[in-house]
Amino acid sequence: MALLKMKFTQQRRVRLAQGLWLLSWLAVMCGAFIFCLGVYLKTELLRRDEVMDNTEIHVVPNILMMVGLASIGTNWVASRVCQDSLDASRFPRWKVLLLAWFAVAALLCCLLIAVVVLSYALQGRLEESLKVGLRNGIRFYKDTDVPGRCFQKETIDHLQMEFRCCGNNNFKDWFEVQWVSNRYLDFTSKDVKDRIRSNVDGRFLLDGVPFSCCNPASPRPCLQYHLTDNRAHYNYEYQSEELNLYSRGCRQALIDYYMDLMNSTGPGVLSVILIQMSVLLSLRYLQTAVEGAMALENPEGESEGYLLEKGVKQTFEDCKAKVLDMLKFAQVDAADAEVSPGAADAEKTVDNTTEKAASPTPAS
Amino acid sequence: MALMLVKFDLKKRVKLAQSVWFMYWFAVLAGVLVFSMGLFFKIELRKRSELMDNNESHFLPNLLILMGLIACGINAFGGKVCYDSLDPTKFAKWKPMLKSFLVFCVVFNALLFVTALLCFLMRIPLQFTLAEGLRNGMKYYKDTDTPGRCYMKRTLDLMQMEFRCCGNDNYRDWFEIQWVSNRYLDFSAKEVKDRIGSNVDGQYLMDGVPFSCCNPSSPRPCIQLQMTNNSAHYSYDHYTEELNVWKRGCRDALLSYYGGMMNTIGALVILVIMLEIAVTVGMQYVNSSLSTLANPEDPESESEGWILEKTVKETFTDIMDKMKAMGKGGKVEEGGEAAVATVS
Repeated sequence: MALLKMKFTQQRRVRLAQGLWLLSWLAVMCGAFIFCLGVYLKTELLRRDEVMDNTEIHVVPNILMMVGLASIGTNWVASRVCQDSLDASRFPRWKVLLLAWFAVAALLCCLLIAVVVLSYALQGRLEESLKVGLRNGIRFYKDTDVPGRCFQKETIDHLQMEFRCCGNNNFKDWFEVQWVSNRYLDFTSKDVKDRIRSNVDGRFLLDGVPFSCCNPASPRPCLQYHLTDNRAHYNYEYQSEELNLYSRGCRQALIDYYMDLMNSTGPGVLSVILIQMSVLLSLRYLQTAVEGAMALENPEGESEGYLLEKGVKQTFEDCKAKVLDMLKFAQVDAADAEVSPGAADAEKTVDNTTEKAASPTPAS
Repeated sequence: MALMLVKFDLKKRVKLAQSVWFMYWFAVLAGVLVFSMGLFFKIELRKRSELMDNNESHFLPNLLILMGLIACGINAFGGKVCYDSLDPTKFAKWKPMLKSFLVFCVVFNALLFVTALLCFLMRIPLQFTLAEGLRNGMKYYKDTDTPGRCYMKRTLDLMQMEFRCCGNDNYRDWFEIQWVSNRYLDFSAKEVKDRIGSNVDGQYLMDGVPFSCCNPSSPRPCIQLQMTNNSAHYSYDHYTEELNVWKRGCRDALLSYYGGMMNTIGALVILVIMLEIAVTVGMQYVNSSLSTLANPEDPESESEGWILEKTVKETFTDIMDKMKAMGKGGKVEEGGEAAVATVS
């Protein structure tokens, strides 16, 4: 009992081939779109490479790029098959390839679904990576004279200005690290000596933030230093001041940015999956309809197209039997070598019994 | 003696019509390009109109938009005429309009040339508008509580960060105005009273700049306040310090930004002019080749095509004579009437 059988006249077959040809070119465009999406996502991740600790999240754009390229090739093959499908002399050469094509197309759809799932599942890993990366960035902010870290200050400043954020969780993260280099500290002054003595590690900590945390939307000129000291500034209340600095932490800002990016590509990826599935199903129909037509005496007559020759369960049993056969074949080959003398005896006795069973029958 | 005479047979005429039709479609796209460039320029000017005191002239982008629309129209019409030129019956209905259409095209090309020239010259008035606008903008930096000006601070800060510039000519412009609002000054403090007493207008002036002037590439945390006082900061010499704040003035930065945009637009308009001249010349050849068929009934006969029927000098004298005749014609009519009146 074939699965989803449909009748195809010659005209319908021609229409199906033409429609599928157009659809497969559309799918090629979609493949190119997926590839470009992967490239864009990868460049965005690489741009902020310095504040990320590991590259696990890069698996999403990598898969997108691979699937995009594979999809372009696969759908181009589908369009060639369509072009040849109505020509009885050229179609048979594609027969061998088609089973492999179906497997590849199904694999691409699965990979695309996996990408959508991964982009949600890896959010936690991205957050961890950003937490560690930003913490290091803030720690090395002052090391503008250390080779390899001299651009940390510029990177963090540009990041805070562009994403309108301050610190890792919030601006208080800056209170816990020394972000002013020792080269610019006057160690003879009392204030510096007090601050250095006030903590175990001998660091110059202050209740101040770099200028890149300043919020331009604040009505008053930016207050960067002595932030927790209400008396240091006129008409200033540190608990209720909201607009002076950016209130968001950079980790949250970057996660929001990347999640928005990946969420906005979600619908696009899902529609590409749909298009690829419809190309797969249509090609299967075309294949079975054309093969059916070629088997008829009149190639222009009606034929049947189906998705699976037998029902789903039956096809599954057939596949299982085939696979087990292949495995058994391998096992029997190996066993044969060891047991050949014993097997030969057993075969002889079996032959004798079958002969004995066979001999009375002609009489009866 | 015609200008640039070329002999045409049927095949050549067909080829000419097809290639001119093709070029007309490119010219339509070029018209769309000019229109979109005008629109882009207008939007960019609007975005920063606050910094130019809402005084900037929108003449050039409006002209570009108009030219783009007219170019699209003319070129679409020309394309249609070329398409019909291969069919004598269809071409016959366009024929009477062609001469005036071609004259209009020539005038349009001259206007396009004027537009391109303006693109390169508008830099000068823009310079003055920017200088005036920025100076006023800096004056209103502190007025975040005055309705109508409360966003000037944010606009200026964002502009200084985006264009990497500080002040009008350089950062010292901030030393000459009060950019801290009185609401945040403690008038009972001695320092404030000193500063206010130190100048005639009673303004709180200081040798400091807003945070948006800070340069992130500086190796040391930004020094915004007490910039001219070397002893206020450790290991600091304000004469040799280069990376601390942006060195460039915002007028220069904005001028080079808009100037670059206008130069690009001007160059593109010149390319569009060359394309327009090419299609006008092509259309003139199509017109002249179809009007000089050796045998008007036979569409396959030979014909000649030219740019001008007579030489340039002769055409020019012809035009002058025509204009004089039109002028005299009016006078002769009046004189004739008066003579008739006296005679009768």
